[in-house]
Amino acid sequence: MIKELALIMFTAVLIENFIFYRFYGCCPFLGVSEKPSTALGMGFAVMFVMTLSSAVTYAVYYLILVPSHLEYLETIAFILVIASLVQFIEMFMKKFIPALYNALGIYLPLITTNCAVLGAALVNIQNGYNFIESVVFGFSAALGFTLAIVVFAGVRERLRLADPPKSFRGMPIVLVCAGLLALAFSGFSGASF
Amino acid sequence: MKNKYLAILKDGILYKNPIFIQLLGLCSTLAVTTTVVNSVGMGLAVTAVLMCSNLMISLLRKFIPDQVRIACFIVIISGFVTAVDMLIKAYFFELSKTLGLFIPLIVVNCIILARAEAFASKNTPLPSVVDGFAMGIGFTFALVILGAIRELFGSGTLFSGTGFEITVPGLHDKPVLFFVSSGGAFITLGILIAAFHYLIDKHEEKAEAEDK
Repeated sequence: MIKELALIMFTAVLIENFIFYRFYGCCPFLGVSEKPSTALGMGFAVMFVMTLSSAVTYAVYYLILVPSHLEYLETIAFILVIASLVQFIEMFMKKFIPALYNALGIYLPLITTNCAVLGAALVNIQNGYNFIESVVFGFSAALGFTLAIVVFAGVRERLRLADPPKSFRGMPIVLVCAGLLALAFSGFSGASF
Repeated sequence: MKNKYLAILKDGILYKNPIFIQLLGLCSTLAVTTTVVNSVGMGLAVTAVLMCSNLMISLLRKFIPDQVRIACFIVIISGFVTAVDMLIKAYFFELSKTLGLFIPLIVVNCIILARAEAFASKNTPLPSVVDGFAMGIGFTFALVILGAIRELFGSGTLFSGTGFEITVPGLHDKPVLFFVSSGGAFITLGILIAAFHYLIDKHEEKAEAEDK
């Protein structure tokens, strides 16, 4: 049991990293990686939401959709669950944990349209994970996301001092750097257990 | 009147191209563009959803309360995405297998929500549909260019899976696997965007010179 969970975790963080292997969550990865501090904030917010949403979508799928034979509505149901969960977390944090809200609050609305969150929920169902596996997968996929975005924010800080050709300024050079980082991560793909 | 639609089309395909200029919806772009066929499939799926959702949102724009508009948009979009997903599964099963979860993930594709928010919720139905079509074609155009480059160098073929397959002799035996890897996706897209910026800059310089 522990070994399987560790395997899911290791695979999700390094080998099948959400950004570099599956390409889920590229928009926030490129959009919010200007500074390591904001990247870390975004990463924590995603971790928080993705762990919770994995648990909730699992319950919604197996307790509501499957008994009523509505599996084909999973996309609609999941996005609604995620959107309302994010809204709920935002309100809860604002009321009870203001310090955390001040740190993560601005990232929360962005998470609804982060395809990593919906992606994780759909992957859980596709791979037939049980409840614990789903939660572990959600958490570790988000951990992989955080790792990628924080490392990349470090790269981008250096990039600000660089002087690329005019057409490469802005996003193009950022994408090229992301590609190099993805190549580095693809070194993990040979690892097998 | 006609000029207005032409301007919308030009914006969608060139000056406000969703990928090359606005940089929206990069997740699916990077993931599915390993072949031309996948790119076309993804592009058309997004175009279909975009046109339907723009039409629907534009029709309902006076009824949707401002505070909950994003939630309403998402519900409308996800309805159409589910329909497209089921249609692709029914008629193009092979394609649905290769595109995998990226079809349901169209729901969270930023282009669709961005067009709903920026255009459809403020305009009448007909321009909204044209805008959806233009943005969708612009998206497909970018995807096909990226897909063609990656397929040509990464597997040495073009249009594989359509019956008009072109095989490039030298490249097919020893393809540059880098292009189909994930790193290749980022780097090829980066260089393509740079090339697009270069061309647009050049065009503008030329126009300025002519003005003088």
